[in-house]
Amino acid sequence: MGATAIFEERQDQIHRKGDAPFAISCNKESLAGAVSQRACVFCGSRVVLYPIADALHLVHGPIGCAVYTWDIRGALSSGPELHRLSFSTDLQERDVIFGGEKKLYAALTELIGRHRPKAAFVYSTCIVGIIGDDLAAVCKRVAAETGIPVLPVQSEGFKGNKRAGYAAACNAMRQLVGTGDTSNMPRHSINILGDFNRAGELWLIRHYYERMGITVVANITGDGRVADLQRAHGASLNVVQCSGATMDLARMMEQDFSIPSVRVSYFGIEDMAESLYAVARFFDDDPTIMARAQEVVREELSTLLPELEHYRTALSGKKAAIYVGGAFKAFSLVKAFRLIGMQVVMVGSQTGTPEDYEELQAITDPGTIIVDDSNPLELSAFLKEKEVDLFVGGVKERPIAYKLGVAFCDHNHERKEILAGFEGMRNFAREVYASVMSPVWRWVPRREA
Amino acid sequence: MGKKLPNYISTTNACKLCRPLGACLAFRGVEGAVPFLHGSQGCATYMRRYIISHFNEPIDIASSSLGEKNAIYGGGANLKQGLKNVTAKYNPQLIGIATTCLTETIGDDVAMILSEYGREFGAEGELPLMVRVATPSYSGTHMEGFHGAVRALVEQLATGGEASDTVNLLPGFVSAADLRFLKEVMADFGLTATLLPDYSDTLDGPALADYPLIPKGGTPIGAIRAMGGNRATVEFGRTLGENEGGGSLLAERFGVPLHRLGLPMGLRESDAFLAKLSELSGVPMPERHAAARGRLIDSLVDGHKYLSGKKAVVYGEEDLVVGLTSFLAEIGVTPVLCASGGKSGRMEAAIREVLGDLPMAMPVVREDVDFHDIEEMGIALKPDFLLGHSKGYAMARRAGIPLIRVGFPIHDRMGGQRILHLGYHGAQQLFDLVVNTMIEKKQDDSPVGYSYM
Repeated sequence: MGATAIFEERQDQIHRKGDAPFAISCNKESLAGAVSQRACVFCGSRVVLYPIADALHLVHGPIGCAVYTWDIRGALSSGPELHRLSFSTDLQERDVIFGGEKKLYAALTELIGRHRPKAAFVYSTCIVGIIGDDLAAVCKRVAAETGIPVLPVQSEGFKGNKRAGYAAACNAMRQLVGTGDTSNMPRHSINILGDFNRAGELWLIRHYYERMGITVVANITGDGRVADLQRAHGASLNVVQCSGATMDLARMMEQDFSIPSVRVSYFGIEDMAESLYAVARFFDDDPTIMARAQEVVREELSTLLPELEHYRTALSGKKAAIYVGGAFKAFSLVKAFRLIGMQVVMVGSQTGTPEDYEELQAITDPGTIIVDDSNPLELSAFLKEKEVDLFVGGVKERPIAYKLGVAFCDHNHERKEILAGFEGMRNFAREVYASVMSPVWRWVPRREA
Repeated sequence: MGKKLPNYISTTNACKLCRPLGACLAFRGVEGAVPFLHGSQGCATYMRRYIISHFNEPIDIASSSLGEKNAIYGGGANLKQGLKNVTAKYNPQLIGIATTCLTETIGDDVAMILSEYGREFGAEGELPLMVRVATPSYSGTHMEGFHGAVRALVEQLATGGEASDTVNLLPGFVSAADLRFLKEVMADFGLTATLLPDYSDTLDGPALADYPLIPKGGTPIGAIRAMGGNRATVEFGRTLGENEGGGSLLAERFGVPLHRLGLPMGLRESDAFLAKLSELSGVPMPERHAAARGRLIDSLVDGHKYLSGKKAVVYGEEDLVVGLTSFLAEIGVTPVLCASGGKSGRMEAAIREVLGDLPMAMPVVREDVDFHDIEEMGIALKPDFLLGHSKGYAMARRAGIPLIRVGFPIHDRMGGQRILHLGYHGAQQLFDLVVNTMIEKKQDDSPVGYSYM
């Protein structure tokens, strides 16, 4: 079954744990015609910068790129909501022929005048890379005229994959860091990198750290603000989540401002607790921080663990498959499934690195399928072969699961529930339970046979 | 009229989609077809995501996944490799290839690449048919892409063939429920029809045991080939350009008489459509529709007072807006602003025509606008509700007025593909929805909370 679903060229991007010594090929351009689930460079930049709520996000290109990313992620803001609007230069044929710089200049000036943002990000798209508009020059000119930072994001869609987009976003943000005032910054201060405040997750995480006595300087980028980014270099530590979306920024800040970083994940109990302990260990000059971290974990678990028992009993022995954008999230999901008694039988990502996949094969059970840059053909074959009970992914994975009568948990754009933190573990278990235990599966063809 | 025309340079919250998306949807409505985008990987993925969020159905759109060196040296090799791979795994009868802004700008000659491909791989076995359409996203909207793909299918597949009694029906971009309805109507008149495209099954299919790489359904390719020999073409779209869509091509090339009508929405546009079918079939209006028409008029009477004096802002694709405007005017709602992101230049005239002699002032009609413009102009006109797709929600929420969801996309409700807009049956559903929305609003806002209307 599985074999015919796999392209010859993609054989080495799939590994079955236990078959042979671990080897997987990744970080390649998607195979033409394979219907990859990946998006593009622009997408990578857009999702990382998008939650900065008081900045103007102008997409320089034809209308599609802006319209397909309008308010897509549900990244919440506690204040301004400029990020939820979709701005575009909507390039037309004559702009493509004669160049789009004039239109970009006029659009930027118009929008900055209308919205008075704290900064503007200007995204390059495929076509801008081809017609050769000098984005940087226009941005520089508008910055000088308006007095706000106007930052080009070099995110031409075809110049790599999402990871290249993350790097372009980090380069743009780096222009802001270091320009703000950092006086009176407490020593026990951190930046939270790589949480995008979907469903309000950032607020939850931030609150855990505050309960430990830590000051959070900048959320990068969930519920993000330009001024926070500008003074982010005043923090003592960067706490970085996610598969490298903001890792480049942390690296640059380490180089330029000597700010060390720790990598964490807020999904699942162990990883969430470790995220707090890692920060407490860093600030070991004050042992009360660790004590408070332990107190937070104890408090949260005392109510959470008994509740999870119910879900674990019901879900025990069920099989799960995971396909996500970045592999880092998959690590936590593997552990989270284990906690509720479920077995992960397939795990994959759009943009994992060799180290990511190495880690995945280390933490999964024998026989687990590990896959890079997959597609509907493969994913549906794996779901069937492994008789999966629940698939976790994003919008594009959902119809694959549902069409086949497999339960589904959205762990990406369209979720409205917090899945991070201790509370998120509870919601995750509840959501998995709600889908897996629904009576509707009784009626689908898969179960009728 | 006479209002200040906003003339902003920037676009905020566009009321249109890009051209290749429309082509993908149309290709999805052909039996055994796979839509294929020649461009960078992101386009296909973004459009899949956008379409999935409306239909809740799989839609596999292949891509030539161009990288940086392809953008410089040309995308021919990737296109060929992509076609080869899609053919190997999907085994399609047809691949519908739409370009993107990237490949249009770097100047890839798709026709030439395809003929090379045919020479290189034709010997290895029968190749799927290839239909290509130019869809630069910097020109036109998803509607130009949709009609362009339909025209390309007809242009590249249809032959003169044998004369047949079959009628071609080119409905434009309507819902899956609309397509099913149209097939029923044709059958009710005893007409054999070729409906192009037909994604009523491919984008609204049943639960299955196996993943449908290419779902069942769609317009059979043989039927498209035979369109040139059919006796007539009925094509919806009052704002369609003379050479847009497939109807004019069939008329020019094969002499198939073309009957262009508005989308059959509301009473009079449905009358015109059914009268046309009556004329073509020689069959009087079937009882089912006569009865539905009677019930519709009866309900318009029952509900008219709840709509008296009500005002609406209508937005979306131009032909849809024209149809909805015609319907609203019939039921006594005043359309105050009719807006579209499209710019055919024909929407105002079409609206004037459908309003006809109804005692209704001409609404403000604006093409080439975005939701920033629509909100700025529309809310000042104090509408009682908005009528359009789900992207008007933010504006409706800010204004505190109801949004009545029709068309595409509907990203915040279930079942957008199952909304019936067409015929007396569709008008009935829309009417009940509109009148009940107004009654509900009044009830909710009332301090009493009446339990009768």
